[in-house]
Amino acid sequence: MPETISINTPLTDEILKDLKTGDSVLISGVIYSARDAAHKRLVELISKGEKLPFEIKGQIVYYVGPTPPGPGMIIGSAGPTSGYRMDAYAPILIAEGLKGMIGKGMRNQKVKEAIKRHRAVYFAATGGAGALISKTIKKTEIVAYEDLGTEAIRRMHVKDFPTIVVNDIYGNDLYLQGKRRYRKTG
Amino acid sequence: MGVREIAAEEITSTIRRLCIEANTILGDEVVEALKKGLEQEESKTGKDIFRQLLDNAKIAKQEGIPLCQDTGMVVVFIEMGQDIHIVHGGLNQSINEGVRQGYRDGYLRASSLDPLVRKNFGDNTPAIIHVEIVPGDKLKLTVVPKGFGGENMSRVVLLTPASGMEGIKEFVLQTVEKAGANPCPPVIVGVGIGGTLEKAAFIAKKSLLRPIGQRHPDHQIAILEQELLDKINRLGIGPQGLGGNVTALDVHIETYPTHIAGLPIVVNLQCNCHRHKEAVL
Ligand code: SF4
Repeated sequence: MPETISINTPLTDEILKDLKTGDSVLISGVIYSARDAAHKRLVELISKGEKLPFEIKGQIVYYVGPTPPGPGMIIGSAGPTSGYRMDAYAPILIAEGLKGMIGKGMRNQKVKEAIKRHRAVYFAATGGAGALISKTIKKTEIVAYEDLGTEAIRRMHVKDFPTIVVNDIYGNDLYLQGKRRYRKTG
Repeated sequence: MGVREIAAEEITSTIRRLCIEANTILGDEVVEALKKGLEQEESKTGKDIFRQLLDNAKIAKQEGIPLCQDTGMVVVFIEMGQDIHIVHGGLNQSINEGVRQGYRDGYLRASSLDPLVRKNFGDNTPAIIHVEIVPGDKLKLTVVPKGFGGENMSRVVLLTPASGMEGIKEFVLQTVEKAGANPCPPVIVGVGIGGTLEKAAFIAKKSLLRPIGQRHPDHQIAILEQELLDKINRLGIGPQGLGGNVTALDVHIETYPTHIAGLPIVVNLQCNCHRHKEAVL
């Protein structure tokens, strides 16, 4: 049965083994935002053998490009963007020790294999719930690529950030299994 | 009838306001459809998602935070009475200035850029502007911030007439199926059938403006809408693609006469964050 679990980052093997496809997971601690342009730069650094702007081992990357914060706000609307656009880069980051990704939408086979092989997790956050999600982000600071604006890498301190486990370390995929379960056609 | 003058500044200030309101206040019709979806959804996870979306709409409205971080590319539908004369500026410029001000003052995300160089313009202009000239002396402005999760999963096909009704149905179902979680279901499915390539796309997009739950006045088209809606909701995709029986909130079809040799179809997907706001000057 799917459960509701609260976890703290960074992700350890101990935490990962209990996260199963379909579980609701409230994430607290530090996560890092990165989307298309930042991924491209991170992967370029890795291919040149250079150091990444943050320690990636055990961390979670959140695919998000927030709206600018209004006066007195920490961050603007901050829901997930589609994960498939990061498929070309994700296996490389996973091999470097990245343990979690938060996004929306199905990943390709290479990403799923990397998730299973290196024991990582892909979480879905709710697309269209950017205002609600922004309330769980308590503090942010830019870590790198300020020139990318909304696409800069930010360290985000979150409290009870709501997600659902899609791909777990056991090779399950909620997008496939959920659809199968509720399908009423041939 | 005489000519009525409308000042360009009035168009600018209206577009500015509509951009901000559309991005922070979800229409009652969409909120009602989400509540109905919550009741109908069988999956527990799916129900949780409907609750999140409803809470999100409340927070966005109360605190003026954009409903979604993808505040879209701005599509503006204009119905312009032929007896209107715009003074002190151009129509397109006044609209783009309104978008610029709305996205700046509303702290909305600028996403527009050159398609090849891919450098962000920083002000979310230009808008995609569709003008239709209609009888009368009113100016109707409808602002649709269109997120690209749904736009990217939209599809066009130029079927042969022999494909007929079955071909149309299959294409619509395939499009929703292929899109999966990417257009942030529950979606609204806009279908344009007929015309030319661009006409089909235009009527597909415009069909999204029809209130959710309102059927096409043509009985046969209304039946097709209902049939497709039922079939889509049996695909199992569900809210956010995580499994469930509410994948679409509605299907809207518009048709236009076409050529003896053709059958253009466009499916334009609209995500759950169905933003549109209109004003009449
Ligand atoms: S598809 Fe819609 S709800 Fe999803 S992220 Fe884009 S704008 Fe937001």
